[in-house]
Amino acid sequence: MFIDLLKIELFKIFKRPRTFIAFGAIAVIILLVQFALKVNGKDFVQFYTDSQADTFDIPYEKILNGYFVCVAVLHMILIHVPLLVALIAGDMISGEAGLGTLRLIAGKPVTRTQLILAKFTASTIYVILLLVWMAVFALLGSMLIFGTEDLVVFRETDMHIMKSGDVLWRFFAAFIFAALALTTIAAMALMFSVFSENSLGPIVATVCVVIVFTIVQQLRVPVFEETVNPWSFTTHMLGWKGFFYVDKNAEGATINGSVENPGSLVRSGLILAGYIILFLLISIRTFNKKDILS
Amino acid sequence: MIMKKLRSLPLVLFLLFSVNTLFAQEVKTLLQQVKAKYDKVNDYTATGKMKTNVIFIKAPVATVKVYYKRPDKLKIKNESGISFIPKGSANVNMNNVLGLSDYEAVDGGTEKISGITCRVVKIFPLSDEESITRSTLYIDEAKLLVMKSVISTKENGTYELLMSYKQYAEWGLPDKVELSFNTRDYKLPKGVTIDYDNGSGKDKPEDLKNKKGKVEIVYSSYIINKGVPDSVFN
Repeated sequence: MFIDLLKIELFKIFKRPRTFIAFGAIAVIILLVQFALKVNGKDFVQFYTDSQADTFDIPYEKILNGYFVCVAVLHMILIHVPLLVALIAGDMISGEAGLGTLRLIAGKPVTRTQLILAKFTASTIYVILLLVWMAVFALLGSMLIFGTEDLVVFRETDMHIMKSGDVLWRFFAAFIFAALALTTIAAMALMFSVFSENSLGPIVATVCVVIVFTIVQQLRVPVFEETVNPWSFTTHMLGWKGFFYVDKNAEGATINGSVENPGSLVRSGLILAGYIILFLLISIRTFNKKDILS
Repeated sequence: MIMKKLRSLPLVLFLLFSVNTLFAQEVKTLLQQVKAKYDKVNDYTATGKMKTNVIFIKAPVATVKVYYKRPDKLKIKNESGISFIPKGSANVNMNNVLGLSDYEAVDGGTEKISGITCRVVKIFPLSDEESITRSTLYIDEAKLLVMKSVISTKENGTYELLMSYKQYAEWGLPDKVELSFNTRDYKLPKGVTIDYDNGSGKDKPEDLKNKKGKVEIVYSSYIINKGVPDSVFN
């Protein structure tokens, strides 16, 4: 029965043209970034390495490879993807309420909990497909256009170089973590959707929450850093980047296959999973008690 | 009595000047002997492993090739990956100092380097054209090998090189070179990279005060005097 419900929900998601806006937007953004970096990539790398140009010979051409471009694309795009996820997940219940079909589906011989779980699973599948699409364009596309080399990842106060053979698994892990992060957004949008009778409210609310917490995180005010940021989901959503921070040994050389402070990634993953469960429980409880009038 | 002392002053000064000139001449002779040894190498291609130890760079151990052609061409290439090669690595080539034609050399006494008593020679190029402003060489007089050098350049600061020799000592080619150099702060504007906070950055401000970078190359083989095309230096 659950599988049937899921199929129906997936059918509804992929029947709507707006679903494909996200796929189209992602493809266009990635292609634009790839084109820009192909034309003017050296300037982009120079921006990160300028302060060291007097001390080191910087291999600009080698740095600008497919892996580097993919990380740059993900860095730019994953901040905006929550909007695309909210566009679908925020419409799951409220959209039905707006169309007047919510009473109809709630009258089916399934529990409301099953209904919420089916909608959540369908949203998660949508998120995963979106990320697979992103991986095809951003990773495979960039590898074809720019070739492969060692990966250099620039952070605010340091840079990490990873051997090319030690990179692909990191992308795989990063995409899985990004799926977890975006599923958190989907769960939150679904939760807002339960409270609303129209689609716009939950979508805007989800995007606003993400923006507010991202700003709070980036302000780096000590009081926020000690209280809000350690528990904010936007802090932990960036965990995908953690797979590109490599650990080093006592002599300063990087360790192949290592991740700097992997415990923090586990913690971030657990916090995100906790948020997903919390949002789902609120959604289920609210939906079960909801007086469906439309 | 005073007049008698004053009369002997020119003699004392002359002796001092002569002794000084003699020592300067002696270290210049030593430098020429060392140069003659290093001049046996016209070119080489060396293979080695390079470790980068810079506080803000996390890099794997790289397999590098070092190309040298007399008098002053030297290129370090990581042909199978990415490395940030310090610009001062050109000073790995001792000919940069030993090849100076117009310079003053001062005997700086002796000092122990890696357990070997070395003659310290301070070199001051006289020409304004030279990129090196001063250099101190620590020379193993018995084997005529430069064990350590401190080279100050006009544009790239001061570099310290520590060499150890084994099987290629007869050519004056080290088995291991440690290059220390000053680095600049690496800090990107806030909000550009939007880093994931994994808790590793908490002790960094203290670490960044240590601005000495170090690169270590351990050579595994040299191909000496077999020719190196000019194209590799481009």
